[in-house]
Order: sequence, then C-alpha cells, then structure tokens
Amino acid sequence: MKLNELTAHEILQGFQAKTITPDSVYQCLQETIQNKDKKIHAYAHSADPAITPKAMDGKYPIPIAIKDNICIKDYLTTCSSRILEGFRPPYDATVITKLKDSGSIILGHANMDEFAFGSSTESSYYGVTRNPWNLDCVPGGSSGGSAAAVAAHEAIWALGSDTGGSIRQPASFCGVVGLKPTYGRVSRYGLIAFASSLDQIGPITKDVEDCALLLNLIAGHDEKDSTSANLPVPDFTRALTKDVKNIKIGIPKEYFIDGMDAEVKDSVLAAIEHLKGHGAQFIDISLPHTEYAVATYYILATAEASSNLARYDGVQYGLRCQPQQQRRTPIIDMYEETRDQGFGAEAKRRIMLGTYALSSGYYDAYYLKAQKVRTLIKKDFDEAFRSCDAIITPTAPTTAFKIGEKTSDPLSMYLSDIYTISVNLAGIPALSIPCGFSKNGLPIGLQIMGKPFDEEMLFRIAHTYEQGTEWHKRKVVL
Amino acid sequence: MITRKDVQYIAHLSRIHLQESEVEKLTNDLEGILGYIEKLNKLNVSAVKPTSHVLPIENVFRQDIEKPSLNPKDIMKFSTDNDGKGSFKVPQVIE
Repeated sequence: MKLNELTAHEILQGFQAKTITPDSVYQCLQETIQNKDKKIHAYAHSADPAITPKAMDGKYPIPIAIKDNICIKDYLTTCSSRILEGFRPPYDATVITKLKDSGSIILGHANMDEFAFGSSTESSYYGVTRNPWNLDCVPGGSSGGSAAAVAAHEAIWALGSDTGGSIRQPASFCGVVGLKPTYGRVSRYGLIAFASSLDQIGPITKDVEDCALLLNLIAGHDEKDSTSANLPVPDFTRALTKDVKNIKIGIPKEYFIDGMDAEVKDSVLAAIEHLKGHGAQFIDISLPHTEYAVATYYILATAEASSNLARYDGVQYGLRCQPQQQRRTPIIDMYEETRDQGFGAEAKRRIMLGTYALSSGYYDAYYLKAQKVRTLIKKDFDEAFRSCDAIITPTAPTTAFKIGEKTSDPLSMYLSDIYTISVNLAGIPALSIPCGFSKNGLPIGLQIMGKPFDEEMLFRIAHTYEQGTEWHKRKVVL
Repeated sequence: MITRKDVQYIAHLSRIHLQESEVEKLTNDLEGILGYIEKLNKLNVSAVKPTSHVLPIENVFRQDIEKPSLNPKDIMKFSTDNDGKGSFKVPQVIE
C-alpha cells in the first residue's frame, strides 16, 4: 500500500518500527496533491506551500489539511471568500498551536463553501471541489475540501468545522469518519466565526481510531475562548474497546420518514442489525420537534452570521472596493460596494435573512421565537437521553448529489442538512461513519449522536461497528 | 409577503449594494425561505424560555496582568489604506 493511503495510527506504528520516516510520508502526500488535486480541487490555495516543522521530530509528524476558516499565522486564510482575498492572520488558532506543538505537517487550507454557508462546497470563490468517488458529484459541505482531501488520500487526516452538519454531511458523502464534538469541547479561538453559538471544530479521518487520536490533539479548555468548557479531557483512544454489550441506543421515529433514499435506509437498518449482533439494545424514541429544526436553524444561524460578518467592511483587512458613482455618503458607498463585490450570492442571502430576522418589528416573530423552539429541541434530546446512551440515524437523507443540482434552489440545499442540524442546536456531539455504498458506488453515512461531553460513547459504538465491517477499507481509485 | 422594497431596505441595513437582477432573485428566495419558516407558527411557545447558548455561560474574569500583544504594525499591513502610524484611513464620514 502507498504511504498516503495509510491511517495516522498505522503511520505512527511505522515510525516506531522505523519502517517509514515522516519525510517519506510527506513526500508521498506532496506528489499525490500535485498529481491528483487538479481533478478534485480539495485545496483552496494550491500556490501556498505546506508548513513543515523545523525538524520532523515531533510526536505526531502527520500531514494534515486544515479548513480555510481556521487561522494559521502568516498563511493565506480566506474562508474561501473574495472578501478575505490575500488575508494572512497575524496569529494561530488554538487548534493550530496545538497541532504545531505536536509536530504536525500542515499541507494547506482545504476548500469550503464561502464562510461555511452551504452543503456542497460549490459556493467557494476559489472554485468547486469534486467528490473523489464520482467527479460529477459534490463532496458535501461546507467542509467538502477537508473530506475530499482525506478520501482522495491527499491528506492523512483533516480539520473541518460544523455549524449545522458541515463535518458530518461531507464525511458521509466522501466515505470517511467525521466528528462534531460537544459545543465547548474544542476551542473556537481563531475559527473565523459563522454562528458562534453553534460552530465547533472537529476531525475528519479515515477511521475511528484516527478520529479519537486527532480529538486528543485538539480538545481542551482555552482561556482565549470563554465558551470552551473547563472540563478534564479523557484519552479518547481508551474508548476503543470493541464492546457495546447492553448499551442502549435510541432510534428516533421522526428520522425514518418519506424522502429518505431507500438505499440509505437499508444501509442504516443493516448497521443497526450488526450492532444488535454485538449485544447493543435498541429502543424506539421520539424527538418530536425534529421537523422544526431546519426552520429554527436558518433563523438563528443567519442572525448570528449577519452580526459576525458585519466586520467585513473594507477598513481593517480584506477587500476594499470604491463605487463608480455616489449613491449615499462616501463611507456608506464604500461599505456597500465592498460587500457587494466581496460576498457571493449565498453569503448575501444569509446576511440579509439574518438581518431581517433581527430587524425592528420582526425580532420577536423570528429570532426570539426560534430561540424558544431551540429550547424545545434541546429538551427533546435531554428527555431521550434519559432512556438511552446514544441515538442512531442516517447522516444525510441521500448520497452525494450532482454538481449544480441544488444551486438554484436554496431551500432544497438547506434541507439536505435535515438530519444533522438538531445536533448543533442542542450542542451535543455526533459522529458520521461509513455504513455502505449505493449501487452506483457512492458512500452512505451512519450518524451516532451522544450526550454532552460523551464523545467516548460515540467512539465506542463507531469503533465496534467499523471493526466488524469492511466499508472503511474501500479506497477511491483516481 | 416580502416586496422588492423590503429587500432593498434589508440590503441597506446589511450594507450591501445589490444589482437590479439580484433584487429580483433575492425577493423570490427570501419569500420561499420565509414561507418555509412560517411552520414555526404552528407551535405555541409563549411559556417557553429562549435558549441563546446551550452551556451555562458565565462571565469569565482574570487578573489584570500585562501580556505581550500583537504588534500594531503587523496588523495594519492588511488594510488597504492607513497612515502607517496606527490609524486606518476611510472615505469621508461627515458631509
């Protein structure tokens, strides 16, 4: 097997046995990116060279791809938006500091939907990313570049961010493992904000063991993020026990509805049977407010986004455009021209929707109401977790869709996140793991949701399932 | 019901200048999305407390100890226009 196709834990074993060197793995990755990324476009800014440690002697000299919304000092960081063209942050995000301290090799910034607004990675200013399993299909989004890089063996593992499913849905579409940690588990310092009460950074990896390892490297309290949880961080690899005996798993009836692809449904049901064979107990549960999650999310997330993106005004950094003619006052004209040219269609749509929801006369009807429904959605999960240890659902209602299929209908794009969004509103952790392939060869993802700060349960269930199946061993042929 | 005038007003609140063709498209898009969001009106939430944050967030205090911060010169270099001494230049603010 080629070095770039190994998992991080296999590579670490190789380092220990001295059968491979960090440099040989890095060289192999560089060649792969050079040869393959023209087809996939997993990386947003191919011209920027990788960041290698001075000596490859750290504990984890593993090559990683980083989503383009995580700040890396002096390194092009643009959220795949024109408005941040040329921006090189003067500081590292906390997760980057941690990765650099562990000896990581940063291969580059992975492409994404502009400001993480999307489910297909088609809204990047720097071009579309393609699904390595079928180049006519989207990789999912918004962390589509990160997921595609891992699936195409252009990175050993990657970081993404998840506000409404942006790690899990692309992981599902690309046949890799993706985890959205509990809100507060990983520092958001240096993650360019989309919706601050929902955003969370997480790992995208080839298997569950790597996912636990990478979470070990990035988790923990950070004084620079006052919303990061001041709780002890366990060694997540200790949860990989291959034992789910007597674990209670809930199946929410609201997630198995019309509109779900038959192949997705069959694969998820087969996964449930598999786990039953390992001694897991399944119970029927109800999350009664599920149907309101997408509507709630698109008010709260856009409201927070409209506020967070107010900072892009052409003054301190990023793009500045001068208007051709005077419309209002000179400074207002500069703001409006800069933001017209700097933001793409979806970013404008979301900023405007959020501004509307927060505007005078509409605040109570939209924003406040959505915050109240968020309470009901969170209570649904609190109630459900009284009778079970985890919840299993599909990650997405379909496999990867065709490029261009949903770009003209924003609502149909939003609905592709129907199974992932509630998790962010409730702040709980959830993981997507491959559980099959469609007849036409596209990956299917299984989602496992857990109690707050119980990522260990997700790893335990996912690892048991993965080790009893072969899905994670299928490799993309490019 | 959302009108072209509403869209132009929200665009101004958002400090985004819209091309004519964008106004048309956004009116339709927002109308469709807000129509979908209407489903929240099926719920009676008058007695429900709003959630702004899932974790019990409290103010975080720390000692007022001096620490090194970013160099202003490193920060100013990203702006299109500044005086090189720590001030950003912007177009005329007051008429």
